[in-house]
Amino acid sequence: MEQGLDSAPTILEMRSITKEFPGVKALDNVSLSVKASEIHAICGENGAGKSTLMKVLSGVYPFGTYEGDIVYEGKTVRFKDIKSSEAAGIVIIHQELALIPELSITENIFLGNEPGRGGVINWVEAQKEATQLLARVGLDDDPDTQVKNIGVGKQQLVEIAKALNKNVKLLILDEPTAALNENDSQHLLDLILGLKSKGISSIMISHKLNEIEQIADQITIIRDGKSIETLNVKADGVDEDRIIRGMVGRTLGNRFPEHTAEIGEVFFEVRDWNVQHPLTAERMVVKNSSFTVRRGEVVGFAGLMGAGRTELAMSLFGRSYGKFLSGHVYKDGKEIKLRTVAEAIDHGIAYVSEDRKALGLNLLDTIKRSIVSAKLRKISKGDVVNEIQEAQISEEYRKSLRIKTPTVEEGVTKLSGGNQQKVVLAKWMFTDPDLLILDEPTRGIDVGAKAEIYGIIRDLAAQGKGIIMISSELPELLGVSDRIYTIFEGKITNELPVAQADPETLMRSMTSSSQKVVA
Amino acid sequence: MSAPITEKKGGFDIRELKNLFGGGGSLKQFGILGALVVIILFFQIWTGGKTLQPGNIINIVQQYSYILILAIGMVMVIIAGHIDLSVGSVAAFTGIIVALSMKDWAFPWWAAILLGLVVGGLIGAWQGFWVAYVGVPAFIVTLAGMLIWRGGNQFIGDSATVPVPQDFQVIGKGYLPEIGPNLGFNNLTMLLGLIVVLILIGLEVRGRRTRKVMGASANAVWISVLRVVILGGVVMVAAYLFATGRVGTSFPISGIILVLLVVAYSFLTNNTIIGRHIYAVGGNKHAAELSGVNSKRVNFFVMMNMSVLAALAGMIFVARSQASGPFDGTGWELDAIAAVFIGGAAVSGGIGTVAGSIIGGLVMAVLSNGLALKGISSDLVQIIKGLVLLIAVGVDVFNKTQGRPSIIGLMTRKDKGGQAPTDDTTSTQVTPGGGTPDTAVPADLPK
Repeated sequence: MEQGLDSAPTILEMRSITKEFPGVKALDNVSLSVKASEIHAICGENGAGKSTLMKVLSGVYPFGTYEGDIVYEGKTVRFKDIKSSEAAGIVIIHQELALIPELSITENIFLGNEPGRGGVINWVEAQKEATQLLARVGLDDDPDTQVKNIGVGKQQLVEIAKALNKNVKLLILDEPTAALNENDSQHLLDLILGLKSKGISSIMISHKLNEIEQIADQITIIRDGKSIETLNVKADGVDEDRIIRGMVGRTLGNRFPEHTAEIGEVFFEVRDWNVQHPLTAERMVVKNSSFTVRRGEVVGFAGLMGAGRTELAMSLFGRSYGKFLSGHVYKDGKEIKLRTVAEAIDHGIAYVSEDRKALGLNLLDTIKRSIVSAKLRKISKGDVVNEIQEAQISEEYRKSLRIKTPTVEEGVTKLSGGNQQKVVLAKWMFTDPDLLILDEPTRGIDVGAKAEIYGIIRDLAAQGKGIIMISSELPELLGVSDRIYTIFEGKITNELPVAQADPETLMRSMTSSSQKVVA
Repeated sequence: MSAPITEKKGGFDIRELKNLFGGGGSLKQFGILGALVVIILFFQIWTGGKTLQPGNIINIVQQYSYILILAIGMVMVIIAGHIDLSVGSVAAFTGIIVALSMKDWAFPWWAAILLGLVVGGLIGAWQGFWVAYVGVPAFIVTLAGMLIWRGGNQFIGDSATVPVPQDFQVIGKGYLPEIGPNLGFNNLTMLLGLIVVLILIGLEVRGRRTRKVMGASANAVWISVLRVVILGGVVMVAAYLFATGRVGTSFPISGIILVLLVVAYSFLTNNTIIGRHIYAVGGNKHAAELSGVNSKRVNFFVMMNMSVLAALAGMIFVARSQASGPFDGTGWELDAIAAVFIGGAAVSGGIGTVAGSIIGGLVMAVLSNGLALKGISSDLVQIIKGLVLLIAVGVDVFNKTQGRPSIIGLMTRKDKGGQAPTDDTTSTQVTPGGGTPDTAVPADLPK
């Protein structure tokens, strides 16, 4: 293993980590080596395995649930939970902050780690230490302030103060700047650099390549659950393009269905769509977005997490997300109103959510009931559901989509991710939609099932339906779509026919706000 | 990834027994049904045969029909993810108004019943409004209702007891009349039993046909036959017992009302759109809303429906006790809630059946009755009932965390297991870099 230029000791070495979930290999022989006082970035597409690797490291997935060794400070370690990894000085700060909004800064910093004796907290001590910790992270707020009353940027700093209190030696930051504005981000990055100079190493997962380029010493690229390469930023002269190449550089193969699209007229159009964040009035999640969909066309939406893809889709689908501000939707030349989900369904629009478990399915339900659940009227007389028809229809979908189950009476939890996704697709196909919005339709699905889903998508397009496919996986967008829009920070930044699109161009439009004029 | 199906070829496989009351049938809470049978047999032996004497079972039906009626409404409320603590007070409030309407305003019995249902509906609309459209948790709304309607009863009735006329008392005290030739039993009761058996056969045939449509292997025929024979046999024996009680008694009118409600609400929850929507909202509110379900309307409906049933239960109680009093219905909400949870419903919503709740209610009824027959004092009865509730739900929760649906599943489990429970976590966790933007989904409010 190459040691790089300087000869700082290695603080962490993860060797050949393999982590399997039923049906999917999330990590396959991944290795990672971090030196003391180093900022080590981990890059990869959504779903590449970055967060899983960090969960293995921090003990969220305890020893025994993965294969491979973790060597930390020269010793092989076997963390059984987060507490044991924290005791060793490894602290992870998750993307979704783990602070309790109703508690004060001090209370949050010491939560689970309260100073005092015999269960009685010494608040004077806590207060004093909190003030010192806040000074170290450059926060001058009153430590008695409730966390809900400070901004996200400051909350991030409180998280770091909390980590410092645990005598952190290795700090793991998962998308630390995803929710921060420019200023707060810069402050946070400076702080991470400051920690480095005091001997604290950081592992940072980020989609913002410019930030990585700015502060990282080394970059490990993970793709499809494998560690591809480790780059030394200074020695190798790494720039954004180099990282992008590493992230997307895989052969497409023929996982995608051959197709010749028969594309018809524009039948669905969105103009000047503006949506506000549901809680924060000044935060716009979708800005002035306009796009079109033609019959028989698969339109890809490329964007990184938090770019506003899902927010755009859900706000269209019966205003299921955020606060609608302005915009118009036209279908077949006429303006339509989509104020509720029921209205959207009646207008022939279907939305397959990216989060199958939380938003797509009632996990307590059976397959057959799930399939008909979005349009029960279709098989009901009066208000009575025809169970024979329900059984027949779900059986037809079971066969045509090849849902692997002994019977459609089975509960949906018994299915694998891929088959659950087919149930969700069946549910929406059953509503006879003209436009299907598919949000990350292949997330968490193994390769075989992915290919089947792609086939289904192309079949639906061949039937003359319009498809919007939102995905963070560029290869699948390039393999399945006919035309691709890119989104960055709530804005549509580019539009390309698939023939003119390549991963590098897309990634650039997905990571920069330089708005290219769309033809 | 689904477990390989190792079907044993031919013959009599004891493991098919688990399909006896699981699988296609509507009784998924077989464990509780088994417990009911065990409890009945236990008390039958312990009381020296008193439990299953006609007079006693008639008494059980009359004494617990109103709790069981409440359990029907309560299970729907609980499936939708709520709770209703006000049912006892609503019953009492309706009772006093109905009693006064007949005493002071000379309402005929049928008009009084209609009035009672309307009062229940209005109370339910009030509570449903707060739960569904204002968003106050049902626990609070109905806790308030518990106080409001109890106070209302005592205010209107001046904390006094108001008697009700004879013809009204029939819904609580009446029996099926004697009709036709004297065959040594009550003919109508036996006829009722036969009708129920025919319905059971019809459901079984229908169930088999549905499974055939799905191309699913239907249960072995012997399972179907055995199921019909067992259930039908139980029904006919019960009918015979009811039909051969003391002269002048037979199957109680309140029992008829209960049976009709059980049939109607089983159908409603299983086979109608609103029924499906209740399960959908309770199982996953966000997914239901993204499927076009109006969850507010569903919540309003279950709360309103509960109060209408509470009003009915209150009237039956008043009819049976011949008067409406200031403390009618005290503690009923707890009996009804206990019945529902013993019957296999989940506290978090989405799971539960009408049939299961009725069985759960019967478990409590037989238990109380048996202990009373043995002269156990009421303090001990309460302790025992509390423990039964805890153990029943504890076993249920344990089975669920083990990925097993019922006690019979536990008994017939031969394979190594461990497959089903982990499946659940599969696909959320294999999305490492992913996850929803946490802003897209408002955090679910604690229920």
